[in-house]
Amino acid sequence: MTAYLIAGGRIVDPASERDETADVRIEDGAVGAIGASLSRAGAEVIDADGAIVAPGFVDLHTHLREPGREDEETIASASAGAAAGGYTALCAMPNTDPVCDTSSVAEKVWALGREVGVVDVRVAGALSRSLEGTKMADIGEMARSAARVTMFTDDGHGVQDSLFARRTMEYLVAFDAVYAEHCEDAALAAEGQMHEGERSVKLGLRGIPAEAEELMAARDIALARLTGCKLHLLHVSTAGTVELVRRAKAEGARISAEATPHHFTLTDAALENYNPLMKVNPPLRSQSDVEAIISGLADGTIDAIATDHAPHAVEEKDQEFTYAPPGMLGLETALGLAITMLLEPGHLDLGRVIEVLSTRPARILGLSDQGSLEVGSAANVVVFDPSARWTVDANGLQSKSRNTPFAGKELTGKVLHTFFRGRPTVRDSQVLNEVLV
Amino acid sequence: MIKHLLSMDQLSAEQITEVLDTAEQLRSVTDRPIKKLPTLRGRTVCNLFYEASTRTRISFELAAKRLSADVINFSADSKSAVAKGESFKDTAWTLEAMGVDAIVVRHSSSGAPNQLAGWVQASVLNAGDGAHEHPTQALLDLFSIRQHFKDFEGLRVAIVGDVLHSRVARSNVKGLVTMGAEVTLVGPPTLIPAQATTWGATIAHDLDSVIGEVDICYLLRVQKERQSEQLFPSLREYAALWGLDSRRQALMPRDSLVMHPGPMNRGVEISADVSESPRSIILDQVANGLAVRMSLLYLMLGGTSEFGGEAVEHPNRNRPREKEVV
Repeated sequence: MTAYLIAGGRIVDPASERDETADVRIEDGAVGAIGASLSRAGAEVIDADGAIVAPGFVDLHTHLREPGREDEETIASASAGAAAGGYTALCAMPNTDPVCDTSSVAEKVWALGREVGVVDVRVAGALSRSLEGTKMADIGEMARSAARVTMFTDDGHGVQDSLFARRTMEYLVAFDAVYAEHCEDAALAAEGQMHEGERSVKLGLRGIPAEAEELMAARDIALARLTGCKLHLLHVSTAGTVELVRRAKAEGARISAEATPHHFTLTDAALENYNPLMKVNPPLRSQSDVEAIISGLADGTIDAIATDHAPHAVEEKDQEFTYAPPGMLGLETALGLAITMLLEPGHLDLGRVIEVLSTRPARILGLSDQGSLEVGSAANVVVFDPSARWTVDANGLQSKSRNTPFAGKELTGKVLHTFFRGRPTVRDSQVLNEVLV
Repeated sequence: MIKHLLSMDQLSAEQITEVLDTAEQLRSVTDRPIKKLPTLRGRTVCNLFYEASTRTRISFELAAKRLSADVINFSADSKSAVAKGESFKDTAWTLEAMGVDAIVVRHSSSGAPNQLAGWVQASVLNAGDGAHEHPTQALLDLFSIRQHFKDFEGLRVAIVGDVLHSRVARSNVKGLVTMGAEVTLVGPPTLIPAQATTWGATIAHDLDSVIGEVDICYLLRVQKERQSEQLFPSLREYAALWGLDSRRQALMPRDSLVMHPGPMNRGVEISADVSESPRSIILDQVANGLAVRMSLLYLMLGGTSEFGGEAVEHPNRNRPREKEVV
């Protein structure tokens, strides 16, 4: 295995509390050494002057679409896109076809991910059979399978039945697993098309009130307290939910939360032209919600940036707004948005950006070989230029789909190199041929 | 003039006045023995209706024909069009390829005309989209109002009923506010979104407290399914609290008018006797739709020749109205 010497970059690794300019030597798949002027003997040298060297990013929330909609995305294409975005691990959501509610589906997805071998493909299992919210999925079997499932969710739907939510939380305690909720009271959301507010009323689109999310978040926090289960709130989108999480954390609850790049970048103003690419669930909210998400990311209330990467075929998005499915791509633009929207304006410092993209999500998933550049740990590394500017080109993405809302947007912050277990997957911003499908 | 008509937001008071003035002139054509002008000869107008409609489609078709345009009608409810397998965008591109000059579109999905305007070169006229807008209805309503009131400035208009789901209400509020009228939205809070105050309207929940001070009482159709959605307890209670019957009409000031975009639910938002009372200009609204739509097609497609005839000064073609409060 080739050894690499990443020379002269600024190493930012919150896990080992390191922030210094030094060399990193990658050897036998692991971080071999970190220090000034390390030996270059037998190593391919990568100049990282002016660049940031950090642990590879970990996405808590990816829709792979395989199995079932391989025309929109495959495990291979999503892995390539993840690598291009600086990721070395991702967590696949269970709403595939078939649903990941049994150990056989979980193991299949996990094994395909290993076969592709570009990022760690972790699997989130369903809480309920067919995501119907009534009968438990094979939770224990998935937890004990080769896929070692540590997070369970019915993402795409909130669990409507409070007793079912309580029972599954209680049951998950046996496996020390995480209950992850898509917070949405279905009756209140009532087939809404966008955030409820002045704009939805003006546009004549049915609104989803912030309270549809906040009610379920409040319920789940109460149930987590009751059951002792670890709770993770997916794609937090409202100021009210941020405040609920802040208070729960202050009271010592075992709770974590994520926010997506689009929820700290865009508001419902993006819906003015009825562009279906801007349709997403939870919906793009108001400016004050965006500000609350940013302050939540800054002060530690929100633990992670998660992409909710949701590929959709062109013909599915190119419909009347009301008929188009919700969701947008995220893996390849997350870093650029984090730097452009959070770092550059000074809301988060670089260490905190790495924490929310890598350190914390790795911990939430319980991945010991991700989210750290400790000497001796697996060499999952990203090298990026924090000041390079680039323009998002929907046709230049690795994803099989094109539904990015950021096409044409200029971003700051570009991935230069990604290493997965000591092997490069991206060099000089190019996904390597052996990674491409 | 504007290229597309998607929303009343696009029109200034001057532009609205131009549309109404042109409609006034064109209306005289309807009185001629040969009711046809050559202005849009060689132009093609497509009526693309994804939602059932009789009056609006016929009105647009007749308007285009009176101006000598060729007319294509494409009607399908959204579901069968989707089942057929051709997407909205492909249909748009097909019409574009055939060289259509204007597309009049009605759709149950809010914003469908906005999307269409982004796909085609032809002019797009919104004939009603979801709960968004119905600008030609607002223009014909303004035209009808102008036949009775010289000035919109300070005109007091109550729009009563299901504002939440009404594209007619959205377009009318915008048009009326642009022209300087004072608009009050009246109905139960479940049907009047609180954010509507940002449109420049005020909100009231008690019709009786408003009705004595309005120049126009504009009633919106109440869909029967709103009752099953628990937006109010029963149609009977709705009619009692927000319906216009002769008792309430008697509270209206002298010279005030009753309007309704149709189709009416008699006995719910309006009683049969009120709908047929001398104050009701509901049939005028329908008749005026033709002239207003001719005016829009003429102005937006740039008619090739003068349509002749003199401008007519507000001729009173309406039934004589009683001046006394009934």
